Amino acid sequence: MTFDWAFLLGTLPAFFRALGLTVELGLIAIATSSLVALLCSSVLLLRLPVLGVLVRAYVELARNTPLLIQLFFIYFALPSLGLKLSGYSSAIVALTFMGGAYLTEVLRAGIEAVPRTQVEAGMAIGLSRWQLFRHVILPQAGVFSLPALFANFIFLVKETTVVSAVAVPELLYTTKNYIGLYSKTYEMLAVMTALCVLLFVPLSLLFRALERRLRHAQFGS
Amino acid sequence: MSALIELSGFSKRFGDTQVLREIDLRVERGEVVVIIGPSGCGKSTLLRCLNGLEIGEGGLQFAGEALDAGSDWSRVRQRIGMVFQSYQLFPHMTVLENILLGPLQVQKRARAEVQAQAEALLTRVGLGERAGAYPRELSGGQQQRIAIVRALCMNPEVMLFDEVTAALDPEMVKEVLDVILDLADGGMTLLIVTHEMAFARAVADRILFMDEGRIAEEGEPQAFFSAPRTARAQQFLERFSYLQNVPRRK
Repeated sequence: MTFDWAFLLGTLPAFFRALGLTVELGLIAIATSSLVALLCSSVLLLRLPVLGVLVRAYVELARNTPLLIQLFFIYFALPSLGLKLSGYSSAIVALTFMGGAYLTEVLRAGIEAVPRTQVEAGMAIGLSRWQLFRHVILPQAGVFSLPALFANFIFLVKETTVVSAVAVPELLYTTKNYIGLYSKTYEMLAVMTALCVLLFVPLSLLFRALERRLRHAQFGS
Repeated sequence: MSALIELSGFSKRFGDTQVLREIDLRVERGEVVVIIGPSGCGKSTLLRCLNGLEIGEGGLQFAGEALDAGSDWSRVRQRIGMVFQSYQLFPHMTVLENILLGPLQVQKRARAEVQAQAEALLTRVGLGERAGAYPRELSGGQQQRIAIVRALCMNPEVMLFDEVTAALDPEMVKEVLDVILDLADGGMTLLIVTHEMAFARAVADRILFMDEGRIAEEGEPQAFFSAPRTARAQQFLERFSYLQNVPRRK
């Protein structure tokens, strides 16, 4: 078997577009999931009565069902309830649904790591519960959560491959498409793997450096 | 005029443990009250009940206002400064940000005015140059003085000190106690829990000796330290005089 370099080079423009879409989906999912997690963890921390139960139920549901099923539910089942979403929108909603739950758990662990005495120091100067959360707990919980937060960010970007199942032309979809059309399995998987390494290794290194910097800036060595 | 702080029949329990038993106490404005007693006697819990960090049962009044679990503690705490044994500065904020947080966020005061006050207070405790430092860059004694400034900047009517020198090296104890003495001289109402007996004697208008959740004895510092009336207080003070006069080894 020969490795078809000419064919491979011809597909590169399409693969770079796909890589761009993967990055775009990943970044949007990170942003929306973080927002969801922030809201959910404030609900949990402030011990809001009804909302708290809903958040717990959401987190358990989202973490204990496969992303592919969530995606299928949103893309194929919601239209029968009158909500028709495009593949792209379904992808964002599904990734946010799952990512938000995972990041909520990460933030919750970080929040629990903030010493009770810090909270009391904030109470002693009269901070309200919301002010305590915003000024005392969240900034420290954020730093405690950084390693797990970054690991989950990368996990989330990797999980974008799942949305190939609803015809979003990201990396895996593009790869499968070429394999299906031209049977260049070896070449296409090689390109996809190389692009993943190219994306995720620098991302990991960036996060690790960021983590070290933030930690030092906030708490010192 | 009513006392600034008034407790009557005030109790606190944690589960099955009765930590405070039927405490009666009046603290007048401008008074310096030092609370001493063995570990676990309830003296820290007493302080923590005064600003609602713990909620007990019985009568508790601050400046004539009765307080319980349903009170607006955020408003009351602005009038009651508290300093902890382990400083508890916010590690992610500079010294100035630590001090300004309460006045700006809780009291909604103007930044320029608060900052001027913060700088004046920092200078008063000898840390005028450290406004931009992070807590980790400061010694324990410096952090504790900042914690005092953070509480003072709220313009409280009383300050609660909970064993504020217990975590400090002996040479840093002085710099913190000097600040407290300075406050006492300025007429601030103080409630101080401490194990520094010489300091208690020097600063107090009144000593409360607590034991097993009760105020076992109270009185003027001179009288209390030279001739304690209760056997329990005598025993307690003997231990401290032993430490100052450890017998030679044989």
